[in-house]
Amino acid sequence: MHDGVALGSLLLALLGGIMRVSTPFLFVSLGECITEISGRINLGLEGTLVFGAMSGYGVSWLTGSPWLGVLAAGVSGMLLGLIHGLLCSLPKVNDIAVGIAMMLFGTGISFFIGKPLIQPEAAMLPSWHLGSWSHDPQVRDALRVNALLPLGLGLAALLRLAFKRTRLGLVLRLVGDNAAAARALGYHVVRLRILATVAGGFLAGIGGAFLSLYYPGGWNEGLSSGQGLMAVALVIFARWDPVRCALAALLFGAAGALGPALQSQGLTQGYYLFNAAPYVLTLILMTLSWRPGQTLAGSPGELSLTNRS
Amino acid sequence: MDGRLPDHAASLMPDGPLSIQAIEISKRFGDIHALDQVSLQVDAASFHCLLGENGAGKSTLVKCLAGFYRQDGGSFLLAGREQDIRSPRDAHKLGIGMVYQHFTVASGMTVAENLMLARDDLPWLLNLAREHQALQSFMADMSFRLDLSARVADLSAGEKQKLEILKQLYQKRRLLILDEPTSVLTPAEADEVLGMLHQLTRQRKLTVLMITHKFREVTAYADAVTVLRRGRLAGTGRLPETGTDEMASMMMGNPENRPVQTGPERTIPAKAQSMNLAAERLIIRGLHGSNDRGVPAVTDLDLVVRSGEMIGVAGVSGNGQKELVEILLGQRDASAGEILVDGLPYRATRHEMRLHGVYSLPEEPLRNACVSSMTVAENMALRNFDQVPVTAGWKTGWFLSRRRMVARSRSLIAEFGVRPPDPMLPIDGLSGGNVQRAVLARELGQPVNLLIVANPVFGLDFAAAAAIHQRLQMAREAGAAILLVSEDLDELLALTDRLVVMSAGRIVHAVATADADPVAIGHHMAGGHA
Ligand SMILES: Nc1ncnc2c1ncn2[C@@H]1O[C@H](COP(=O)(O)OP(=O)(O)OP(=O)(O)O)[C@@H](O)[C@H]1O
Ligand SMILES: [Mg+2]
Repeated sequence: MHDGVALGSLLLALLGGIMRVSTPFLFVSLGECITEISGRINLGLEGTLVFGAMSGYGVSWLTGSPWLGVLAAGVSGMLLGLIHGLLCSLPKVNDIAVGIAMMLFGTGISFFIGKPLIQPEAAMLPSWHLGSWSHDPQVRDALRVNALLPLGLGLAALLRLAFKRTRLGLVLRLVGDNAAAARALGYHVVRLRILATVAGGFLAGIGGAFLSLYYPGGWNEGLSSGQGLMAVALVIFARWDPVRCALAALLFGAAGALGPALQSQGLTQGYYLFNAAPYVLTLILMTLSWRPGQTLAGSPGELSLTNRS
Repeated sequence: MDGRLPDHAASLMPDGPLSIQAIEISKRFGDIHALDQVSLQVDAASFHCLLGENGAGKSTLVKCLAGFYRQDGGSFLLAGREQDIRSPRDAHKLGIGMVYQHFTVASGMTVAENLMLARDDLPWLLNLAREHQALQSFMADMSFRLDLSARVADLSAGEKQKLEILKQLYQKRRLLILDEPTSVLTPAEADEVLGMLHQLTRQRKLTVLMITHKFREVTAYADAVTVLRRGRLAGTGRLPETGTDEMASMMMGNPENRPVQTGPERTIPAKAQSMNLAAERLIIRGLHGSNDRGVPAVTDLDLVVRSGEMIGVAGVSGNGQKELVEILLGQRDASAGEILVDGLPYRATRHEMRLHGVYSLPEEPLRNACVSSMTVAENMALRNFDQVPVTAGWKTGWFLSRRRMVARSRSLIAEFGVRPPDPMLPIDGLSGGNVQRAVLARELGQPVNLLIVANPVFGLDFAAAAAIHQRLQMAREAGAAILLVSEDLDELLALTDRLVVMSAGRIVHAVATADADPVAIGHHMAGGHA
């Protein structure tokens, strides 16, 4: 009996964690998915995430509108995406190296510009209280949904459709699969890749706004704990399918909530270990999805990360 | 913004097959004069062949016509009207389509998606049901079919080439340019594809301009030929008036100095009788291996190659030959089995290759045996850049001597006739045939014990093919053990001492080449051995 209650409240805590933690994973991985589908990797999304968090918070504070903050976060993400896209289009420039540079640049510039934002209180994103019927605070907490989560889930479904049945979607996949083929058909490979990187930056920026304007909320330098990088692994694990990206993001969200959930269950020792769950999960999934001597099913042929040759 | 043709330019053109006239087209790549005032005349609804040695400039000429390159000088008249073709899109608007020498299909996508993407008027939102219906009714009119929902990665090389051609026909092209379309097809597949295109020209629906090295195809299908030689026009002729000897001499320049060889002379090795006594250089026992997707590709394979012997591996592509070669060259791990070279276990490490004198000419050498952005000299030194002749310095040689490296590559270039003879050129600027020669020079530039060769004359002109065959025979006479994997049965019958047939990853037939019956081999290749 006691065990049943404990398990129930653990699951509720995990659900609450999914609601709070998975959204940044979701947006960053969808953004990375668009970029990787076009044949480029943007490792800089960690920086974009932090930069989006900072600018979203700043604009929300200045204007009083958290949604304007979200928009600003997206636009600033586009800016970083544009820089990445343009740099990678120069001859002999490697997208992974540029990504690492952009990651450092994004976080660095955010800390620099964001110094005065540590004190003030900006307007936060509102959320729906779907659990208000219940008297159990845990249930109420678990059913507090931020609008960005359903928005992201809907976007994932939409993206999957778009990759299959819109011209732009097909062309992006073609560019990522075989650049020479795209060129032979008269498409501008470089231009399309920049476009995909900018779009990816937009979504990652929005993921950042969620961090500063909803959960954990506020602006400080420890806001992101590597979600931007893990999202890259997540896209590979999801085999470049937006809907699977969404499912994987929820899974990562649950893993991220495991440590705090156990702690709230009264576990006093060793929960640090569970705090590492998302990272361990990343390692396990990456090991499972790679096999030497095999190409990954569904991997874009032009991707420098998964190319064998 | 990039000066595209106005849409009405295409609508001004009359319908039906296009005629083309190229007037004094020139194109340079840096210092190389790839095309020097080349003119070409192709009549509407004709089947025209473009011939020439490797590096003659054939691909460059048609790429200018297809808008892939921009010529430095000269102009094109289409249906008698001068047209400025600046991009592939411009070419498409004029009704010009091209099948490139290398595949341009997206292998991660389906056949249907590839065909849809070829459409220039693709709407932004696709009605998949309607697109599929249109594709199905288009397929029904073709003499060869492909499964629309198949992933291109799962197609054989022949099917991919058919897809390339279908992509163009789906666009209702009025001129179709084909750059060596049959190099990946079996003769039967080639006849199927070319026969259909020929029929379309007879129905006055299409003009065909095809680059080929195979005289058989020229005599069977062409109405006229144009021959290029070292970037210049070497001659033209109509068929059937022009004979193959005449074409060959136009290609090679001086017929007296370079006798036409249609195939390599078959020299029975004098030591054929003593073969059983010769050393067993390569022994493969119970070899298993998987392909890129983890599916078993090589199954329980046994093979012995002795010194002074050339063994041929025949088979339709995709039956495990590629994986076998990759395992032998260390590009892929075997999942089970044993490989012995000179009686010692062999795992294809650099050290073992050097110790046993194992060399190779894999297929697609630019991808499999070269670093495409490095120079010819650097690529030629990949085997021995860290060894004494190329290194310099105190005693053992700590430094790489670029001077010695370049000097050595110069002599190899001269010996093997690589053109252009410039060791400092990036290797991906060479024509396909010359890349092959450069790699062969590297591999045969020293004594060889075991040579592993895959499809060595794909896409080579007949003189270059004969030269490479001669090199292989010389290596065998010198005592090398040679494993020759080829999809060209004639090549195997002409060169090898023994033949094995691979089908579904197994050796299903083995025979001494002298007793080989092509019909029986064809039967085994097609899988009829069960
Ligand atoms: N992109 C390039 N950069 C530099 N040089 C090039 C380039 N493309 C072709 N060349 C050079 O131009 C010449 C003609 O090449 P081309 O590819 O047209 O030959 P080809 O007649 O098609 O030969 P093959 O039968 O081997 O395909 C060659 O000397 C080649 O080295
Ligand atoms: Mg060519």
